[in-house]
Amino acid sequence: MSWLPIMLLGVPMAGAAALLVPSRMDGPARGRLLRVHGLAVSGVTFVLALVLAVAFDYGDPARVQFETDLTWIAGLDLRFHLGVDGISLPLVVLTALLTFLCFVYLCWGGADSPGQLLRPRAGGNRPRALVFTLLVLEIGMIGTFLALDLLLFFVFFEVVLIPMYFVIAVWGGRARRAAAIKFILYTLLGSVVLLLGLLLIWAQTGTLDMVALAQAHGTGMSRSVQLIAFVAVGIGLAVKTPMWPLHTWLPDAHTEAPTVGSVLLAGVLLKMGTYGFARIAIPVLPDGAVVVAPWLGAFAVIGIIYGSLACLAQRDLKRMIAYSSIGHMGFVLLGFATLNSTGVNAALFGNVAHGLITGLLFFLAGAVKERHGTADMSALGGGMLSRLPHLGSLLTFACIASLGLPGLAGFWGEMLTLLGAFEPAPGLSRPLFLTFMAIGGLGAVLTAAYFLTMLSRVTHGRSVETVVAPVLAGVGGGHAFTTAEDDPAPSGADGSGAPTTGASGSRTEGGGGTRAVAENGDSGEIRAGSGLPGGPRAEDASDLPGGTPGEDRADLPDRTPGEGGGDLPGGTRPEGGSGLPGGARAVRAGGLHDVAGYELAAWVPLVALIVLFGLWPKALLLITDPVVRTFVGAP
Amino acid sequence: MITVVALVILMPFLASVAGLLGSRWPGHARGGKADTAANRRAAWIAIVPTAISTVLAIWLAFGRAGFGGDPRGPAGSADDGVTGTLTVIDTGGIPISVGLLLDGLAATIGVLVTVVALAVQIYSVGYLHDDRRYPSYSAFISLFTSAMLLVVYAADLLVLYVGWEIMGLCSYLLIGHWWEDRDNSRAAVKAFLVTRLGDVGFLFGIFVLGTAAGSFKITDILARLPEMSSGTIVAATMLLLAGVAGKSAQVPLHTWLPDAMAGPTPISALIHAATMVAAGIFIVARLYPVFLAAGPTMDVLAVLAAFGMLGAALAALAQDDLKRVLAYSTISQLAYMAAALAAGSDEAAIFHLVTHGAFKALLFLCAGVVIHTIGSNLMSAMGGLRRELPVTFVTMTIGFAALMGLPPTSGFFSKDEVLVAVEGALSQGPLTDAAALLLYASALTTVAVTGAYATRAWLRTFFGARPIVALPEPAPGTAHVIDVREAPATMRWPVIVLAVPALLLGFARVGGVHWSTAALSVAVALLGAGVVYAVWRSDPVSDPARMLGPLRAPCERAFYVDSVYRTLFARPVLALARLVVRADDRVVDGAVRGSGRTAQGLSGLVRLAQNGNAQLYVTGLLAGVLLIAVGAVMFG
Repeated sequence: MSWLPIMLLGVPMAGAAALLVPSRMDGPARGRLLRVHGLAVSGVTFVLALVLAVAFDYGDPARVQFETDLTWIAGLDLRFHLGVDGISLPLVVLTALLTFLCFVYLCWGGADSPGQLLRPRAGGNRPRALVFTLLVLEIGMIGTFLALDLLLFFVFFEVVLIPMYFVIAVWGGRARRAAAIKFILYTLLGSVVLLLGLLLIWAQTGTLDMVALAQAHGTGMSRSVQLIAFVAVGIGLAVKTPMWPLHTWLPDAHTEAPTVGSVLLAGVLLKMGTYGFARIAIPVLPDGAVVVAPWLGAFAVIGIIYGSLACLAQRDLKRMIAYSSIGHMGFVLLGFATLNSTGVNAALFGNVAHGLITGLLFFLAGAVKERHGTADMSALGGGMLSRLPHLGSLLTFACIASLGLPGLAGFWGEMLTLLGAFEPAPGLSRPLFLTFMAIGGLGAVLTAAYFLTMLSRVTHGRSVETVVAPVLAGVGGGHAFTTAEDDPAPSGADGSGAPTTGASGSRTEGGGGTRAVAENGDSGEIRAGSGLPGGPRAEDASDLPGGTPGEDRADLPDRTPGEGGGDLPGGTRPEGGSGLPGGARAVRAGGLHDVAGYELAAWVPLVALIVLFGLWPKALLLITDPVVRTFVGAP
Repeated sequence: MITVVALVILMPFLASVAGLLGSRWPGHARGGKADTAANRRAAWIAIVPTAISTVLAIWLAFGRAGFGGDPRGPAGSADDGVTGTLTVIDTGGIPISVGLLLDGLAATIGVLVTVVALAVQIYSVGYLHDDRRYPSYSAFISLFTSAMLLVVYAADLLVLYVGWEIMGLCSYLLIGHWWEDRDNSRAAVKAFLVTRLGDVGFLFGIFVLGTAAGSFKITDILARLPEMSSGTIVAATMLLLAGVAGKSAQVPLHTWLPDAMAGPTPISALIHAATMVAAGIFIVARLYPVFLAAGPTMDVLAVLAAFGMLGAALAALAQDDLKRVLAYSTISQLAYMAAALAAGSDEAAIFHLVTHGAFKALLFLCAGVVIHTIGSNLMSAMGGLRRELPVTFVTMTIGFAALMGLPPTSGFFSKDEVLVAVEGALSQGPLTDAAALLLYASALTTVAVTGAYATRAWLRTFFGARPIVALPEPAPGTAHVIDVREAPATMRWPVIVLAVPALLLGFARVGGVHWSTAALSVAVALLGAGVVYAVWRSDPVSDPARMLGPLRAPCERAFYVDSVYRTLFARPVLALARLVVRADDRVVDGAVRGSGRTAQGLSGLVRLAQNGNAQLYVTGLLAGVLLIAVGAVMFG
């Protein structure tokens, strides 16, 4: 028994449990303690993951190391069986890293930037709950990659869903409720099918031990049983991956999730699906895999083309990156579908590379959205490289990495996938896979097309000098709020010129009525002041630096209907008063801030790893290849 | 020796990293003095490593061949090259060996690349001295240099492909250097996408060769060539040809190159004339035995070259933008190299590649001086510059003479070799008769048209009178005050230095001249030049392109290829993209939402029964009991 895997789960669990102890940690004065707590717990977990990586025996990555095998439920012969090998090690480290970086992003420095959800704020955005949720999420994610027992795997797989639901539903954007419900229902549905598949395997073989099952190579299960089990397990995992056409929860979830949610969703949660293919579906059910592989490949290449085309016509930055994930996951699935070691290696490489690159992309998209109040490309208006040169450069870098430029991490996964498809495993139709390869290659061109078009639209061109949205939002917000308090009626008339915010206004209850008016007035002010077509809407604008007062008002009623009324006199009025200074601060700094320290701290490790794996792909292939060879026939 | 090769590649790479991260470090101050300081530091960071690389590359070339030896590389002599392997990456299938290969071909092209890159780096200091983004610009040139050298020295096709794509990226970044203008940005995207389309084919070609040989190493592939079936070889070379056509701007993937002139002129000289676009020709020469074994591919290459050279030359004749003239001329000259390859003479192709690299870089740098001075790319705004820019006049005259193939410039010798090779293909060689005939006819016609467009550009730039026109507000980057004086020294000296090889490089192969072919080609070129001169003399103010008559409009629009592509590819793809988004929302997600609504509807139905009315419940209960009782009685 090894203590490391248990510690990896135990540290975040203890950290989360400590937050349950009642204290006034989320009071503004004690927010610092909370941030240190989150940073420390995730940091210790990350260090443990690094220790795991350092102590790992690279001479024999195919062997399961740091094995822990305890009895869990003796009557059912369920075991608490953890361990790592060459496939799971990179993912465990990636998970710990991304979680840690998310905490760095949230906690670094004064934590008073709009993206840093832990900032102390009257009315509260439940910072303690967010730390708790993220730590529970981390337990689930790491556990999924550590588990070596089918049911334990499933349990962790499910544990992840609930915190992620709350991350989206509580800290998300405007349409977060619907997105969160869609996310959890859709993925739960997938999980049910997955569970059926796992139970079928259990019923047929009588064991839940993944290591034993993988070594058995499907003996003990007839071909048809394997086929059914593969389809069931495959559908369950495909929802998570997601595979076309089971992907529609993803764009909504990504668009609405807060930055850290998007990063973890893209960086880790999607990997759980693909990891399942490499860990359960293909090694345990080899005969089923051979039958299903052509279908899997077909859906994968449809996903590649479909995702790319959807990106090409997308107007929202976050949504576009979400669809790009579908395309990239298509490459990963195509790699698995080839069932040869090149393809599976490529898929595992692409998996990690996608986690790093898309994680970075979502960080960047979140940063753009926080600054501009919108991720709509036409509203962003171009010229980012002159307004925000560092952010624009980083966005360019991430996009180029994502389109698979050689020398950066994204390339090797895609290229090796295509190479794997060039000569698929024996038993698969070669002409079919050659077609897949050609379509995949076309998809690579389309991937470049949408990323470059997006860069051209957002980072190039002349920036619109005249309007700095957040300043106006701050000033306008303060102004509108005072009018709303003094005399709601004229302000409401003012706001009627901007009907866009009607939906969010109509959902408010009780004391929110006044606020909704204020919100509309806010929007109206922006429109009147800027004259920009498609100017930022109230709730968007409120996310901007300097727009803090607006945000409180706009978000509270939605987040905590019912509680809202009590806050109005006490909480919000001082905030409204501080609106003007906030706006003034933004003016002094030139409107938009380029990359801040906390962002840099969270992004630089990702950039470094993308370059490292791009220049030295051997670092990853070295540990995955021996494992892959154990379950797919090496040529 | 391989360590030195690695050093040649690594120096510019480190320079680019240092230039990107270190130019403004520490402080990141912007504006005024900080910009000047950053530019100066970036210039040193860029130039010194490139200079070291140049010296080392020259040392490598002459250390191999002995001083004064054969400057062009004997292609296909891979077996006498020096190879070194750093590591082997196990992919699960065919391993990738990260290694370098130094042979005559690589050494020659390496010298060309480093020398032109050095000249361009120095020239850029003057050309972009007040550009705020000079640090990133020079760093991208360094990165490009490094990538191109990786292509040249790579021993493994996939390593080569890495360099190949990074070159494309640098080209994209540099074409879009003045990204404030949407047109530049669009040109950059187009260049990347068109070449990437070709590159996908190229990658698949590498797969075919690598799988057939069981290795991606160039030496292994050439060694196992006899064991491959002809079908494999033809498929592989055809796929590789797609990448060649994309990178070397050959028909049908040539459309990006004229637009790429949106970049700064030094970039046009370096990437879009001398080096990157020659990479396609280089790769064919690198794998020449494979191509020689694939007859059909050679025919295709010949036909593409024949159409490309003539079409591009005609297009060059009608352009008003000086840089676009040179861009189309590049397409045409690259087609000459492709023609030589198709005709079976890689020596002639590489020789023309080297001389073209020298004289076309020279022409572009001279054009840069002219544009820098005038503030416009358009020849209709130029004229009579021979008095104001004497140095540029002399050097550019050398460049144009080399382009036309007039003795004693380098272009004369290399074009002569190409024509001899094409002529020889009529009787023997890998081509079918029809293809060889087409190629020969096209090559000779193109010589005349080349003479014509070169003369036209020369006359309209340096002779006649400059029209007095109010220039529109200049675009960013071209925004220079009209100040008709010779360029600063950093711009003048690279031009003068490049003029030397453009003039003299040909004498390295003076023994190989076939005088009968040479006389014919010079006569044809002069004929074309004479016609243009006659037309120009009759009315020096108007454009000699008017002699094309009704052909002028199609030539100016390059035979509408761009419009056709837009209609055939770009628009349908965008329409399809919109369709996908709509379908995704309505059909795929519609089904999901629909199932949700169905479930809610069903639950609504079930809820009707659960209405809290106890009477209804009891009624239901009794009815159920009754049913069971009846059932028990009847069936029991």
